[in-house]
Amino acid sequence: MSTTTVAHHDEHHDHPTGIMRWLTTTNHKDIGTMYLTFSLVMFLVGGSMILGIRAELFKPGLQLMNPEFFNQLIGVHALIMIFAALMPAATGFANWMLPLQIGAPDMALPRLNNWGFWILPPSAILLTLPFTLALFGVGDGALATGWTFYPPLSVQGGIGVDFAIFAVHLLGISSVLGSINIIVTIYNMRAPGMTLMKMPMFAWGWLITAFLLIATIPVLAGAVTMLLTDRHFGTHFFDAAGGGDPIMFQHLFWFFGHPEVYILLLPVWGFIPQILQTFSRKPMYGYKAQVYSLWAIGALAVVVWAHHFFTAGMPVPALLYFMYSTMAISLPLAVLFYCWIRTMWKGSMSFETPMLFTVGWIILFGIGGLTGLVLADVAADAQYHNSYFVVAHFHYTLFAGGIMGIMAGVYYWLPKMTGHMYNEKLGKLHFWLTAISFNVTFIPQFFVGLAGMPRRIPDYALQFAEFNMISTVGAFVLGLSQLLFVYIIISCVKGGQKATDRVWEGAQGLEWTLSSPPPYHSFTEQPVVK
Amino acid sequence: MQGMKKLGVGAVGLFLSLSARADFTWNFPEPVTPMALDTLHVHNKFMLITAVIFVAVLAIMIYSIVTHRQSKGYKPVADKAPSTAVEIFWTLIPFAILLLIDFVIMGIPAYHSVVMMEDTRDQSTMVIKITGSQWRWQYEYLDGDAKGIKFVSNLATTNGQMHNEEDKGEHYLLEVDNPLVLPVGEKVRILMTASDVLHNWWVPQFGSSRVAVPGFIRETWVQVEKAGVYRGQCKELCGKGHGYMPVVVNAVSKEEFAQWANKKQDEQKAASDVKEMTKDALMVQGKVVYEKNCAVCHQVTGAGLPPAFPALTGSKIATGAIFGSDGKYQKDSHLDRVLNGKGVMPAWKATLNDTEIAAVITYERNALGNTAAVDAIVQPAQVKAARE
Ligand code: HEM
Ligand SMILES: [Cu+2]
Repeated sequence: MSTTTVAHHDEHHDHPTGIMRWLTTTNHKDIGTMYLTFSLVMFLVGGSMILGIRAELFKPGLQLMNPEFFNQLIGVHALIMIFAALMPAATGFANWMLPLQIGAPDMALPRLNNWGFWILPPSAILLTLPFTLALFGVGDGALATGWTFYPPLSVQGGIGVDFAIFAVHLLGISSVLGSINIIVTIYNMRAPGMTLMKMPMFAWGWLITAFLLIATIPVLAGAVTMLLTDRHFGTHFFDAAGGGDPIMFQHLFWFFGHPEVYILLLPVWGFIPQILQTFSRKPMYGYKAQVYSLWAIGALAVVVWAHHFFTAGMPVPALLYFMYSTMAISLPLAVLFYCWIRTMWKGSMSFETPMLFTVGWIILFGIGGLTGLVLADVAADAQYHNSYFVVAHFHYTLFAGGIMGIMAGVYYWLPKMTGHMYNEKLGKLHFWLTAISFNVTFIPQFFVGLAGMPRRIPDYALQFAEFNMISTVGAFVLGLSQLLFVYIIISCVKGGQKATDRVWEGAQGLEWTLSSPPPYHSFTEQPVVK
Repeated sequence: MQGMKKLGVGAVGLFLSLSARADFTWNFPEPVTPMALDTLHVHNKFMLITAVIFVAVLAIMIYSIVTHRQSKGYKPVADKAPSTAVEIFWTLIPFAILLLIDFVIMGIPAYHSVVMMEDTRDQSTMVIKITGSQWRWQYEYLDGDAKGIKFVSNLATTNGQMHNEEDKGEHYLLEVDNPLVLPVGEKVRILMTASDVLHNWWVPQFGSSRVAVPGFIRETWVQVEKAGVYRGQCKELCGKGHGYMPVVVNAVSKEEFAQWANKKQDEQKAASDVKEMTKDALMVQGKVVYEKNCAVCHQVTGAGLPPAFPALTGSKIATGAIFGSDGKYQKDSHLDRVLNGKGVMPAWKATLNDTEIAAVITYERNALGNTAAVDAIVQPAQVKAARE
C-alpha cells in the first residue's frame, strides 16, 4: 500500500475547517487530539490546585486557607487528575492510535465518539464551578469529602457534592461510550490477518480496560445516585438510623474504585512494551505471557476491593481473603516486569526521551507496586491506612505509573501525530526534572506517613515539618517542569524538523507505515497482516 | 532523628525556626503494645523483602542499560524460542519462588498478626467505649474500677498557635484537655462508634486503628506495656475539624489508675448534683464550654460561618423564648437545638452534662452581642427536666 495514494485521496475529500472542524468532527484523530488537549489542560488545573495544598503544608500552622477549602482542593484535585486528566489521556491515545495500529480507517462508531468527548467539558465545569464560585464568595464550595464521597460526611456536605455527583455521572457515561466504541472497533475493524493474538499490546490493554469500565462504572453511578437520594429524597441507604450502613457505600465505591486503578494503568501497560521494543531494537519478549497477565490482573482487580478499608471492620475470614487475593496480584505483575526487562536485555538500546520516560517509569512504578504489596498486609495496614505513606504509594502508581507512562507515549507518538520532531534536548531535560522532583516530592511522604502523619489534614505536628518542606519544594519544581512539557508540545505542533514515516529506527507496527502526520482518513486501503 | 536534624539545618535557615519538636522517627514510632510490636516486625520484614527484590531487579536492569546500548555498538540478540521443557522450567521456578515469598514468608506472619489483632476478648480485663464526634472523642469506662466515668476529650492547642500568632508548643495539635487514662499491662477491649460521621481512632505507638461508624459498634483492643503519654490523631476525613481531633492516652500504673478513677468518680458525682446557680457562675462556666465546643463552627464572636454555620449573634433561636406557658421547653427553641442538634449541628445531650448545657445557653443568650429579654437564664434543673 502506498501512502501517496492515500494522501492524494485525502485532498478530494472535503471536511469543515477552522473551529467547525473541531466542533463537528467525527474523525478519530481529531477527537484523539481533543481528548489529549483536554487532558493536558486538566492536568495543569489539577496540578495547580495541589500546589495550593502543598504551599499550605509548607510549614505548620494555617497560613493560606481554611480547612474547609483545603478539603475541597484535595477532593477536586483527585477527581480531576483521575477522571479528567489520566482517563481522557488514555482515551485520546486509543482514538489516535488504535485505528492506526489495527489498520482501520476510523473508529467503528464515529458519532458516538464525538458525543463521548463533548460530555467531558461540561463535567469538568461541574467539578470546578462550585469551587470557583466560592473563590468569589458565592456558595459553599466544592465537595470536601475527598474523592471517595464517603457518607455520612458527603450527606452533610453542601451543593458541591451534588455537582460532583452529576460530574461523575457524566464522566461515567463518557467512559462507557468510549469503551463500547473501543470494543466494537477492536472486534470488527482489524485488518485481515490480524488475529486477536497478533493484535498490538496496546489494543489488548485497552480491550481489558474497556471491559472493566463497563463492568464497574455502573456500580459507581449507582452508588453516587443512592447517595444523592439519601441527601435529598429521604432514603437511608447509608444511614444506620434508617437501617442502612455507611460501610456499604465503601463496598460499592471500591468495587468500582479498585478496578479504576487498573483502568488507569492497563492502557499504559499496553504501549510501554511497544516503546521498549522500539528502543531496544528487538521484538517484545513474552507477548503471550503479557496478554495472559493483563487478563489475570483485570480479573483480580475486581475481587480485591475491600483492601481499601481493612480498618472499617470485617470478619477475619474476609480480611484474610482480601489480603491474600491482593497479594496474588503481584504474580502476574511480576511476569509483566520480567517481560519488560527481558525485552531490554541484550537489546541495542538507545535513550531518546520516550525511552528515558519508559525506563524511569519501570523503576518508579516498581516502587509503587512493591509498596502496594506491603499495604496488602492487614495488620500493618492499620498503620499505613490513611497516612501519608498511602499518599506516596498511590502517587508512585498514579503519577509515575500513569502520568509518566502517558508522557512516554506522548514523546513516542508526537512526531507521528504532528509530522515534526520535538526538541530532544528539552525533552530529556523535562524527563530529568520530572523524575528527580517527583522523588523529592514523594519520598519524604513515605517517611512522614510511617512516622504517623495522617493524610487529608491541613496542618500537622511539628515533628513532620522538615519533610513537608522538602516535599513542597519538590512539588513546585515538579509543577513548573510541566510548563516545559507544554512548551515542547506546542513548539512541536507548530514546526520543527520533519519526521520520517517510521520516525524511530526500531519502530514496529502498522502506524509507522503511514505518513507523519497520517492522512485524514487513516487507512483507505486495508493493510494485510501476515 | 540525627540525620533528620542535620538535613534540616543544612538545607535552609528556615528549618532553624522550628526548634521545638518531639522525636521524629524514620519508621513506625516505638511500639508499646504487643500489637504495635508485631506490626512493626511484619512491616520491617516485608519492607526488607521488597527492598531486596527491588535492588536485585534494578541491578539487572542497570547492568543491561549500561552494557547493551546502541552507542556502544551492541547488536540486538534475538530471543531464541526455548524448548518446551526449558520454558516450563523458567515459568514454574519463578512462580514457585513468588508463591513462597507471597504466601509463605509474608503470608504466614501476616495471618498470625490478623488473628491476634482481631481477638479483642481473650484475656481482656476491661472494656471502654470510644465515640468519635465532630470533632472530639468521648470516652466511657464500662466496667472495673473506673466504671461509669465518662468524659469528652478536646484539642487543647490554642487558636493563636494554629494561626501563627503565638509560639507553637512542643505538642502542637497533639494535646487535649482530658486524656484517656489506661492502666499499664491490662488488655483493654475497646468498643468504637461515632455520633455523626466516620472517624478513626489511631495511636501509632499502639498499632491499633479502627473506624468509628455511626450506628454500629466496632471493636479493637490495646494493652499498653509501658507507662507514658501517647499521642495520635483521627485518621478518617471527618470534615473541617479533621486535623484537630487528637487522641492522647495517659498510661499509668494500676494503683495510679485506681486513684485517678476514684477521684474522677467523685468529681462526676459532684457535678451531676443539680444546684441552683447564679447568673455570673453560669456565665463563667458557659464561656469555657462555648469556646471549647461551639466556637469551632460559630466562631468565638458568635458570628458563625454562614451559610453552613449560622451566626448566634442576633439569631432568632438564641434570643427567642425557650419555655412555653406550661414551663416545658419548646420545639426548635435554643434548648432543643443544643440538646438534640439538627443537620450539621451535633446533639449535645450525650456529651455535656446538665450544668454545662445550662451554662452555655445562658452564656450564648447574654454574650456574643445578645441580650435576651425572655428566658435569659437557664438552670441545670430545667435542663434535667427537659431531658425527661
Ligand atoms: C504535581 C503532581 C502532584 C502532586 C504534587 C500531588 C500531591 C497531592 C497531595 C499533597 C495530596 C493530598 C494528600 C492528602 O492530604 O491526603 C494529593 C491527593 C491525591 N492525589 Fe495527587 N498530586 C499530584 C498529582 C496527582 C496525579 C497525577 C494523580 C492521579 C492521576 C493524583 C491523585 C491523587 C489522589 C487520588 C489523591 C487523594 C485525594 C483524596 O484524599 O481524596 N495526584 N495529591
Ligand atoms: Cu474525626
